[in-house]
Amino acid sequence: MINWRAIATRVLTMNLMKVVFLLLGAVILLFIFLPLFTMTISSSPSQLLDTLRQGEVASAILLSLYAALLATVVGFILGIPLAYLLARHDFPGKGIIEGLIDLPIVIPHSAAGIALLFVFGRRFLLGSAFHTLGIDFVGEIPGIVIAMLFVSIPFLINSAKEGFKKVDVRLENVARTLGASPWQAFFKISLPLARGSILSGTVMMWARGISEFGAVMMLAYYPMIASVLVYARFEAFGLDYAMPVAVLLILACLVIFIALRVIAHRWEER
Amino acid sequence: MIEIKDLSVKLGAFLMKDITFDVQDGEYFVLLGPTGAGKTVLLESIAGLKSTESGQISINGRDVTNLNLEKRNIGFAYQDYVLFRHLSVRDNISFGLQWRKKTRREIKDAVDKVVELLGINHLLERRPLSLSGGESQKIALARALAIKPDLLLLDEPLSAVDPETREATERELKELHNRLRLTTIHVTHNFEEAMALGDRIAVLGEGRIVQIGAPEQIFRHPNSEFVARFLMTRNIFEGEVQDSPEGQSVFCVEGAKLAVVTALRGRLHASIRPEDILVSREPPRSGTPNSFQGTITHISDHGSVIYLTVNAPPEFTCLILRRSLEEMGLEEKQRVFITFEASAVNIF
Repeated sequence: MINWRAIATRVLTMNLMKVVFLLLGAVILLFIFLPLFTMTISSSPSQLLDTLRQGEVASAILLSLYAALLATVVGFILGIPLAYLLARHDFPGKGIIEGLIDLPIVIPHSAAGIALLFVFGRRFLLGSAFHTLGIDFVGEIPGIVIAMLFVSIPFLINSAKEGFKKVDVRLENVARTLGASPWQAFFKISLPLARGSILSGTVMMWARGISEFGAVMMLAYYPMIASVLVYARFEAFGLDYAMPVAVLLILACLVIFIALRVIAHRWEER
Repeated sequence: MIEIKDLSVKLGAFLMKDITFDVQDGEYFVLLGPTGAGKTVLLESIAGLKSTESGQISINGRDVTNLNLEKRNIGFAYQDYVLFRHLSVRDNISFGLQWRKKTRREIKDAVDKVVELLGINHLLERRPLSLSGGESQKIALARALAIKPDLLLLDEPLSAVDPETREATERELKELHNRLRLTTIHVTHNFEEAMALGDRIAVLGEGRIVQIGAPEQIFRHPNSEFVARFLMTRNIFEGEVQDSPEGQSVFCVEGAKLAVVTALRGRLHASIRPEDILVSREPPRSGTPNSFQGTITHISDHGSVIYLTVNAPPEFTCLILRRSLEEMGLEEKQRVFITFEASAVNIF
């Protein structure tokens, strides 16, 4: 049974500041929740199923997930070592490097896409180099991957860096005195102990990759990822056609991220 | 044998210099010094965790100064245990064995042996976070001992243990050392701990080693004001040592003449431990060498013991038991007699 009196007493004895904060917080939560919720319930399950059966939609969603996953793998291999170095060492110019890592978050992503074209376009430096290896970026999946990588890597690096910082350096010291090489100390001690932060950073990076639109569109309008497809359908056919795709994308992401968050949380607790 | 020669190590903005000492096989060596003296840094440089500026470290005749730390075979235990919390107690203890090309059987035997030694069989499958302080410390020790180190480094092993279990842990460390005879360097800021455990003590202060010797030697004969103060000698005077009319030595300070036993002469220091001074209300028998009458200026109550400040002059600090205070009914501003042996005065 709900003890109304106890709840009433608690609310009345709460200080005014907390009541105000609670109300303000409720507004922003509703602001996030309401649009997603209304859109999701205003499309019928049969409509969603029909949309999913269209090959174009299913492959766009899968491509989003796949390309973002590739970007995350590349980001993991290149970003984790940097995160570790930044967590363990202080050096002049460290602030500049940390600022550089945050840069993709603050610049407009369409501009980021254009900047990437200037390096990875076939006529440009890396673009022509990769072309000789048979890898092209513009209008190709690798283009989608680097666009996603560019805009989402800060999330993984920052989260992993915080995770490594929380690992006492003396744990590595003890491991070393016990005979572990620097590599062994890293893989047996530092990495497992920071895994919670690393995993949640990985999830964030993947999520950010999937949701990317601006930078991807500049490099590769085709093959179409889900966010581009939503935009294309909205432009060509209007809201009713765009919505089911959007809902499907949101649902797919939601299921995956809730699952991963739960795992990350459990890991962090251990 | 461990030999440290002319070692210098960076300590923040300072440089610890001319650190030279050796530790004999099976010796329990204590590095004693105040917080910030660089004890832990020194320990870390012996372990190879911190780079040295110059000097030489050798273990059993092998120069390890530039040897990778994982090859030094040194057991290291930090004061707050630093257990691997993502691993079970068993995996913590066997951590150092997995790189040593041992079979699973050998690893298990080695773990069993050290676990048996420390009496921690029941903790093997536990997780570090579920352990008490005392238990954690034993695991940290077991982890360091499992690799059969040539040298064991203990960084303030008793400072994180709560006061009630402290004495027991101290005794366990002593017994463990008696059984294993493992060459050990133990770092602490607590001189009672150093006295109880050390075969020899090195006092570290102001970036260098101030005195090395047996506990008794350091306790009785501090060689400097720094060491005397650090060991709570309390009574430290600066004065003049002269020949007495009877052909012996006297130490003159503030008009008082203390009979002392020394061959030294000139401007020197004298230190007297507060527990070596006898306090009484009646005058002592005649012929007692160092006997003074003075006024109690302060009584500092420490529970079971009491510190009395008696102004003769000079001002002496004396340690008496609470029972004596009550029996004599001492109060501030009272006149009392203090006496001490000539041999109780340390001249440096």
